[in-house]
Formats: sequence, C-alpha cells, structure tokens
Amino acid sequence: MAGTDKIEDELEMTMVCHRPEGLEQLEAQTNFTKRELQVLYRGFKNECPSGVVNEETFKQIYAQFFPHGDASTYAHYLFHAFDTTQTGSVKFEDFVTALSILLRGTVHEKLRWTFNLYDINKDGYINKEEMMDIVKAIYDMMGKYTYPVLKEDTPRQHVDVFFQKMDKNKDGIVTLDEFLESCQEDDNIMRSLQLFQNVM
Amino acid sequence: MAAGVATWLPFARAAAVGWLPLAQQPLPPAPGVKASRGDEVLVVNVSGRRFETWKNTLDRYPDTLLGSSEKEFFYDADSGEYFFDRDPDMFRHVLNFYRTGRLHCPRQECIQAFDEELAFYGLVPELVGDCCLEEYRDRKKENAERLAEDEEAEQAGDGPILPAGSSLRQRLWRAFENPHTSTAALVFYYVTGFFIAVSVIANVVETIPCRGPTRRPPREQPCGDRFPLAFFCMDTACVLIFTGEYLLRLFAAPSRCRFLRSVMSLIDVVAILPYYIGLFVPKNEDVSGAFVTLRVFRVFRIFKFSRHSQGLRILGYTLKSCASELGFLLFSLTMAIIIFATVMFYAEKGTNKTNFTSIPAAFWYTIVTMTTLGYGDMVPSTIAGKIFGSICSLSGVLVIALPVPVIVSNFSRIYHQNQRADKRRAQQKVRLARIRLAKSGTTNAFLQYKQNGGLEDSGSGEEQALCVRNRSAFEQQHHHLLHCLEKTTCHEFTDELTFSETLGAVSLGGRTSRSTSVSSQPVGPGSLLSSCCPRRAKRRAIRLANSTASVSRGSMQELDTLAGLRRSPAPQSRSSLNAKPHDSLDLNCESRDFVAAIISIPTPPANTPDESQPSSPGGSGRASSTVRNSSLELCVCSQAEIWHHLRFPVPSAVPVELEADKDVVSISQ
Repeated sequence: MAGTDKIEDELEMTMVCHRPEGLEQLEAQTNFTKRELQVLYRGFKNECPSGVVNEETFKQIYAQFFPHGDASTYAHYLFHAFDTTQTGSVKFEDFVTALSILLRGTVHEKLRWTFNLYDINKDGYINKEEMMDIVKAIYDMMGKYTYPVLKEDTPRQHVDVFFQKMDKNKDGIVTLDEFLESCQEDDNIMRSLQLFQNVM
Repeated sequence: MAAGVATWLPFARAAAVGWLPLAQQPLPPAPGVKASRGDEVLVVNVSGRRFETWKNTLDRYPDTLLGSSEKEFFYDADSGEYFFDRDPDMFRHVLNFYRTGRLHCPRQECIQAFDEELAFYGLVPELVGDCCLEEYRDRKKENAERLAEDEEAEQAGDGPILPAGSSLRQRLWRAFENPHTSTAALVFYYVTGFFIAVSVIANVVETIPCRGPTRRPPREQPCGDRFPLAFFCMDTACVLIFTGEYLLRLFAAPSRCRFLRSVMSLIDVVAILPYYIGLFVPKNEDVSGAFVTLRVFRVFRIFKFSRHSQGLRILGYTLKSCASELGFLLFSLTMAIIIFATVMFYAEKGTNKTNFTSIPAAFWYTIVTMTTLGYGDMVPSTIAGKIFGSICSLSGVLVIALPVPVIVSNFSRIYHQNQRADKRRAQQKVRLARIRLAKSGTTNAFLQYKQNGGLEDSGSGEEQALCVRNRSAFEQQHHHLLHCLEKTTCHEFTDELTFSETLGAVSLGGRTSRSTSVSSQPVGPGSLLSSCCPRRAKRRAIRLANSTASVSRGSMQELDTLAGLRRSPAPQSRSSLNAKPHDSLDLNCESRDFVAAIISIPTPPANTPDESQPSSPGGSGRASSTVRNSSLELCVCSQAEIWHHLRFPVPSAVPVELEADKDVVSISQ
C-alpha cells in the first residue's frame, strides 16, 4: 500500500485478515502432517479469527496458564522469539514453524531456537544482562507465594550457575557454539529434550 | 472486495479476443488450470447443520474464508465435508451473502456475536447491506457507548481500593468525592449537609416577623432584628465551616485551576462571600443598602446541596443537555410575547384608564396569559382586545408544550443512565469477587494435586488417589507444565497461608530441620540452597491447628470457602510418603478434586470499527480468552522445554493424546 493517504492506511489495518499459505505448502515446510496442521489451525483460528496474534492477546493467553504469578514479561520475550520477522504480530505460519521446531525438530534446531529466545537483542550472543532478564521473568511467573520463600538474589545466583556451566572461555558471553556444546554435554538436558515429542 | 469479481472474470478474458489483431507481440500463454471438475456441490457442516452450495457460489468472493484456500484447513477427508464448529444460525446469513451479494443483519441476535462470526469468516462489517446498515450501526454504537461508560466508571476510580502510597492530598480528594470510602468522610459529608440546612433555615426564619414581648405598641419585627446576635453567631459558624471546607477542597484538588473554574466551587464562593463583604463594609447608610442586597446571595447556599443530592445533579445535567431546546423555547416565547404585546397594546390603545400603557407594560399581560396564569390585574376591555387575548392564551399553551417532552425524555434518559451506572457498580463488585474466586480455584487445584501426592514418582495406578487419577487431560498437562516451572526455579507453589507461616517462622528464626521424619516446621533460609529440589520434595505439614498467621485471616475466609473439606486433619506429615499412604489416601480424598475451571473471563471487547476510528488489528478484537485445548496451549506447554537449560530434573511428560475433533482420528504418538 502506498501509504500516502492516512485514512487508507488505517482502513487497511482494520481489515487485516491474514490468510495462511496453503495446507500443502505448510505441510512441506514443517514436520506436521495435514491432519495435525488442520487441528492446529482450527484452534488458532478460534482464538484469533483475524489470523494474527498480537502481543497483548499473546500475553493474556499465556497468563492464564500461570495464575499464580505474572507471566507478562516472559510472554513478551516469547512473543519476540515467535515473531521472527519482528512485525509485531505472529501469523499462523510463524506459529506453526516455531512449534514444528520445538516439537518435532532435531536437537540442534531446538537448541538454536532456545538460544534465539535467550538472545533478547538478537545479536548472536547471550550476555549476563539478557540472561538475568529471562531468569527474572521466569521467576516472576512463580508469583509471591512460593516455598521456600523467594529471595532477592535467587535469580542472580541462578544466572551465575548457568554461566558457569555454559560459558566455556569465561569471557562473560555465551555464543551459539558454546551453548550447543555445553547442552550436548549435559545428559539431563538431552534427556529432557525428548520429553515433548508426544505433546501433539 | 468487489462484489462478484470472480464471476465476471471468464467474461473479461473472453473479451480479450478482441485484442488479438492489434497485438504486436505474442500474448503470454494462459495459466494452466487444474482439470476443472465442473461445478460441484460442496457440503458445509456447521455444528451439525448441513449447508450445501455450489463451489462457484463460494468462489465469488475469494477474499473470504470460504472463498479461499483457507477452508481447506477445515476439510474433513473422511466425511468429505467442511466442518465448522460455529453457530449455525449465524452461518445462514454468511452463506446468504455469497448467494445474494447482500449481507443482512439478524434482528434478534446480539450484535457482538454477529461481529465475531463476521470476523471469523473473513467478512468486513462494511459489507452489511443498506437495508440493515442503519440498524447495525445504531446497535453497535449503543453497545460501544454502554461499554465506554463501564470503562469510564472504572477508570474514574470509583473502587474503594485506594492505590497504595497515595499522598494526603489524594486521600483527601478521594474522601471528598466519594464519601462512602471512609467513616470520617461520611461524617464530614453529613456535617456539612447539616450546616447547609441550618444556614438556609436560619436565612428563612430571620425574616419571619415575631412579636416582641413588650406589648406597648405591638410592633412586629423580623426575628432577625429581634435576635441579631443569635443569628449572627449561627451565620458565623456556618460560614466558618463552609470556608474551611472550601479551603480543604482547594488544597486537595488535583488540578487547582480546574477546581477554581468549576461550578461547585463558584457556588461555594458566592455562598460565603457576602458574609465577608458584610464584615468589612462599614455601617453607613448608603452602602448598607447595597450590603442588604448582597445578603440575598446567601440563598445560593442551597445549591451546595447538589453535592449531597444526586437528583439535583441529574436535574442540572438535564438542563445542561437540553440547552438547545430551552433556547428554542425561550426564543419562540420571546417572539410570541412581543407580537401579542404589540397587538394588545394597539387594540387597547383607545380605551380610557387602560392598564396597557405601553408595549413593555403589555409584556406582563402577555406572559401571564400565555402561561395560563391569568392574575387578572390587567384585562382587555375592547372586543378586539379580548379576541386577541384569547388567541394569545391558546397559542401560549401550544408553544410551551412543544419543547417540554424533549426535556422530559432527556431527563428520563439521564436518570435511567444513572440508575444503570449504580446498578452496574454494585454488580461489578460481586462479579469481580466471583472471578477472583474462580481464578484461585485453578491455583488451588494444582496445590491440591500436589498435596495428594500427584507428583510422586512412586505413585502408580492404585496408590494414587482417585482424585489424582480422575483429572482431565488438560489438567494433567497443565499441572505438568506448572511442575516443570517449579523444577526450573527450584521453588514450589504454595498458598498464602503456608507462605505467611513460612515467613513467620523465618522471622522467628525457626530452626531448619531437614525432615525425613514427621516434621511440621518450615525450612529456614539457611538451607535454601542445599535443600533445593530434593529428590523427595518436602511436603508441607497440614497446617498447624493453632496457626499464628493472623495476617492472612482475611484470605483464609476465601480459601475456606474453596477448600471445603480440605481442612480435614491429617495427623502425619506428607513428607513420609514412602509409607503406603492408605489412611491419608481416604482422608485426602474426602476433599473434592477441584475441577480446573475452564474460565472464560469476559474481557471488554475492543473498540468497534467506526469510520473515523480504526480498531486495533486482529487479536484485541477477540473478546473471549477461553482456555481450550487449543494449539496456542500447545505452544505454552512446549515452552517448558526451554526451561530445561535452566534446571535439570524435569518430571517425565504426561503422555497425552491431543484431543482431536469428533471425526478426526486421534493423533497419538
């Protein structure tokens, strides 16, 4: 749209109704079968008939699963990890691509997706501040009433433990290779990655 | 979305034959179309009701769901039909749009539901046909107004809950605006009301003639002159109170300029100023005349009652909103008065000793006649005068009667609005309380599940409490997700009571006791790291009988109503779970298993698409955030994977089949 006329722009926005690519295309691009894609789409369409999820809706949906605490910060990071093109809204294709990686992807792909999530500013490195933000967001989801009582520096300690493990050359940042290597060395993580094969 | 574009395309292409002779270059080859299967009848199954239509009908509007390839997502290969889990009654209108090109609006249905259906099928609301457009717009606007009122009322801060940390000013202002918030405010409210009444009554009584005790000539003087001191004291007291109130309001007002300009503050000033002027004016003759007239302004104190009476305020709003009608009334009356007064004057000019000495003098007669008062102090004596006089009185009735219904209907509308607002405010509190209760239901479901030993690895089929086994698939997955979060952060979810108990124990310096035996002490802070994520998660003891957590008494009431039988005394602590928990099994199963309420929290719908006001795209238009077994939930579940990196032992996932639709084979891994 040649955005010269502001009214036209606004009208365009109100009529946003995104239609996903065809079923065959999506089937080829992801690791889901047609049936599974159908099921996924129906659910998606029910929640968002216009075909896109914006951040507010995403946060609301996510918050319902964690009634104890405040899930909005984490949902924010999650949303930006889903929204690969940084357009501010998640379309069905983005959604399904991410799910395909998370549920059906190879170990490598999953780890890379996770690295991308942690890397908030998408510069290819995870530094302590980014990790701190993520960990704090996760702890926020726990809410106030936890046992044992949440202390102020629990997140920081957590981040320190994480960095100790992941940062091989102790330069204060974790690169993708360090991340992949450290995770692959850890049996627990490897084992847990197989857990969600049958979520769908 | 031009109507029926797709239908006319073949025609336009056929007409391209006319270009052939003129073309200087070879025309491009036509796109290969898949072997057209001819026109076929598609079956669309909407919640069990089958609709059949030609494929071409649906293809007319390729920008919509049914016209594009998006409907393939809803195709069920087994039955060969397109299944939609939506309202069949509404679908009728959608399908008729394809058939006739006009979208009609159902009269009996809720406009919001209709909008949602349109959004689902990809139809723009502007497509509503002309015959139904007006009604559709009106109803939408009505809805939007009503919801805007709701939001305004919420934002106006009617709630009794004060934001924490508000300054004295804010608290004071709030006490002034909503006297119901605190008893002090209520007392102040009533006291000022009382003094207004006293002041007004004093003004009135002041002028009543009371007979003096001395009978020598029985002079009658107004009480005000007989007891000047008493009245003066009363007046002083009232004015002091009013001044104090005004100054306090001025201090507390969030925006002082706006407050100074507001009507109520002007009334306040006018009410108290005469007194002060009277104090400073010296008591000489010529000025005191003016001073006496100033006292008349004291009657404006009665308007201060409008803060106390809602009816008065409504009247004020009505008059303000009917300003145009009142203006019209005034204007037409003035015209009529001038006309009739002139006529009467010239008609009565000839008579001797007539009252109609001038046209302005005749104004009085006209007004009294038009309003059908008829004092009789001025009467026409000529025949012409009498004729015109009767015409005047007849027309007076008409002119005054015309704008009155408008004013009355305005008043009625505003009054009912106020009633509705009050009713809504009262309902809101109950509604919010119930929503909170339902929400804490889900929270407690998980805690209950944990206490019933659901998280124990050793729990096999029979040993697990019945209530644990009977959870739905959704609950299982949700609880698994929460459990993953717990493991990631090394903290467990608890409820408020245990939390405050733990806090209390911490503050008392409770000793840590790593319990493998029966213990009822919460773990102290020192052993936080070491007891982090033990293999056998520590179970909290069932709350002590003499709980010292007086802090959470209030919330305990809420929890009580939910917990029901939960407080059944289980003597042994849950930490010794290695033993067969048969006895505790029965005890714990007394308490009902909480059905994780599938809550649909009605969030206010987004602004409606108006021509001038764009609605935010997509997602915010979806009012309901009903949690279903939807794909978005899957994405949430899969996030637990990410937490693995942050923590190690994750409970094994609950193998679940995605609950597929009725005719789709269940997808099991």
